[in-house]
Amino acid sequence: MDMFKRVPISEQDPKVRATNFDEVCLGYTEEEAMAEASRCLQCKHHPCVGNCPVGIDIPRFIKHIAEGNFAEAAHVLAEYTALPAVCGRVCPQETQCEQKCVRGIKGEAVSIGKLERFAADWAREHNIEVGKTKGKNGFKVAVIGSGPAGITCAGDLAKEGYEVTIFEALHEPGGVLVYGIPEFRLPKDKVVKPEIENLKKLGVKIETDVIVGRTVTIDDLMEKEGYHAVFIGSGAGLPKFMGIPGENLNGVFSANEFLTRNNLMKAYRDDHDTPIKVGKKVAVVGGGNVAMDAARTALRLGADVTIVYRRTEKELPARVEEVHHAKEEGVKFEMLTNPVEVIGDENGWVKAIRCQRMELGEPDESGRRRPVPIKGSEFDMEVDTVIMALGTSPNPLIASTTRGLEVNKKGCLVVDENGQTTREGVFAGGDAVTGAATVILAMGAGKVAARGIDKYIKEKYGEKAQA
Amino acid sequence: MFKIVEKRFLAPNIVSMDILAPRVANSAQPGQFVIVIADEVGERVPLTICDYDKEKGTVNIVIQSIGASTKKIAQFEEGDYLRDFVGPLGRPSDYVHEDLEEVKKRKYLFVAGGVGTAPVYPQVKWFKEHNIDVDVIIGAKTKELVILEDKMREVAGNLYVCTDDGSYGFSGMVTAMIEELVVNQGKHYDVVIAIGPMIMMKFVCLLTKKLGLKTIVSLNPIMVDGTGMCGACRVNVGGETKFACVDGPEFDGHLVDWDLALKRLAQYKKEEEELAKRGETKVCTCHQGGAN
Repeated sequence: MDMFKRVPISEQDPKVRATNFDEVCLGYTEEEAMAEASRCLQCKHHPCVGNCPVGIDIPRFIKHIAEGNFAEAAHVLAEYTALPAVCGRVCPQETQCEQKCVRGIKGEAVSIGKLERFAADWAREHNIEVGKTKGKNGFKVAVIGSGPAGITCAGDLAKEGYEVTIFEALHEPGGVLVYGIPEFRLPKDKVVKPEIENLKKLGVKIETDVIVGRTVTIDDLMEKEGYHAVFIGSGAGLPKFMGIPGENLNGVFSANEFLTRNNLMKAYRDDHDTPIKVGKKVAVVGGGNVAMDAARTALRLGADVTIVYRRTEKELPARVEEVHHAKEEGVKFEMLTNPVEVIGDENGWVKAIRCQRMELGEPDESGRRRPVPIKGSEFDMEVDTVIMALGTSPNPLIASTTRGLEVNKKGCLVVDENGQTTREGVFAGGDAVTGAATVILAMGAGKVAARGIDKYIKEKYGEKAQA
Repeated sequence: MFKIVEKRFLAPNIVSMDILAPRVANSAQPGQFVIVIADEVGERVPLTICDYDKEKGTVNIVIQSIGASTKKIAQFEEGDYLRDFVGPLGRPSDYVHEDLEEVKKRKYLFVAGGVGTAPVYPQVKWFKEHNIDVDVIIGAKTKELVILEDKMREVAGNLYVCTDDGSYGFSGMVTAMIEELVVNQGKHYDVVIAIGPMIMMKFVCLLTKKLGLKTIVSLNPIMVDGTGMCGACRVNVGGETKFACVDGPEFDGHLVDWDLALKRLAQYKKEEEELAKRGETKVCTCHQGGAN
């Protein structure tokens, strides 16, 4: 084999997968995984590890795969991450671990993400138990939100012996893994549910249908229900809109609404009650992973889909793999294009989106070249559906109903290096702190906060709770 | 899972249910709503909170079966369990947080239309508990659809019932009743709170604007999550886009863009009809029960 090249991974044919919601990537076989793992140089300074937000010992788990010890590989992963099967699928490895891979200097980086996925899937399919917990210490911790940050924080604390209850606002646990990321990228029953079940096996309780700030407050949890600490991992749930005319016409949806109907409410399935509207011609505005997810979902529901993005393909914030997959499936891209108005028909429905062409000017504060409108370049794109995928911001509900929680200008919770907010005993992490980011960064923050909570509680109350 | 501890019919297609949901009962305040999911494949349906009992841990909801989802919920019996019951959602009514002395200085008129009588009840009850008399109009299409009259009479100051067809009480719509009270009888009100079908709230607002009467409405647009996540419930209030689920559901009715709101309410009409034709239990969340 060519050691400079990755072992190719099988995927569903683009034409076929554009019509179904099954997973795109089919994963490595045992032989393929071992061959790919053997490409790892096992470098002593392992730069990949330093670029992983949760610091997984990457060479060690890969070595086990190379030697055919798949269960061992899964055990190594479990030391660092509660969600390897998820991260192996949705992490932006190309800008993290794989970016620093020494193999990548002269050839292609080792497929670290695909190997992580392989080990996690193998362990699940072979019923390998990976979680170990210490004895109960009697302390209670409430975790708000069951997305990547909450799951990680809850899992780490449960392993340390804490009695953890997760409060989830929606009716299914998983947060963005369930409502946001589509089935074809992250299978729910096959991957997400088992990860949640693992968490329950560690003793974590999950109460769904509890909106903290409405159903119960953090003050109540701490003062009346006896929680010693609280972790807020409530994410960034509020969708942004552009503020252009016509944005409230029928047929304009936030990507959140579109994806929630499809993923959480399973509107793509005939046996579920929630409707979804996709139309014939769809414009998806935005260039992130969520825009790709919305576009590829609309495509699978039968629409002709165009991504409208104001910069060039080079600046697309989405993962390269997602853009590549979207193109293969037939999603069109209109780059350097910015909507200025949504135009409606006489019944209040979208009939077109008015756009202007852009060119790249001087770099802005993000370092990317700022898109500047080209005068007189307006044109109308005929569409019947517009999906706005412009990012999200944190829900102000918790901050506004909890004493002593400070937020910054963007509405994000302010935390210290241990993940503690401005309120003693209340920690936070993930999108609620950073604004919309990635699964793995949220997990990293959940880990930091779990350590912070452990330290805080033990310093304040001792090793075990008083009976 | 949330147990239905009591079920009774208020009218032929209007059902009242007491749901065991202690956390919701403990936190509920006037003006708020809940989201109900009937079963594994059910929609998230925003529904009115009609009453709550913190001691028993129950929340009373009133459901008018109009679409498939509301029909599905209404078919559940005492002792059955609803898959999900989430709330309380939305902001409580403004007066709950205002200085009580200021609230006492105002004269309130509640205008309840049809099943909108249910969410008006806990508000009027709140005033009664704070020793404030408020006037209430209950309007319905016909006598048989007048609900909660006795309960309302116990907590209201003056109660006026009107029916569109004149089969009971004052003959005419709620707007005619308001005119009768304000214009003909010369009654003075400082604030009107109107809850009912969107079209009724629109016409109440058109009238009260003319009469110079500040009016609060409770909007019931299409929603999915009800927590601010989807933006389906966006409404234009005073030129600004608001999310009814987290910024509302109560807004200054004179600032609401009613035509836009009414159009948005019809957004899934075609899907509902198609699905109803297929004989499936499928319907919108934009039925009249809505988010009020």
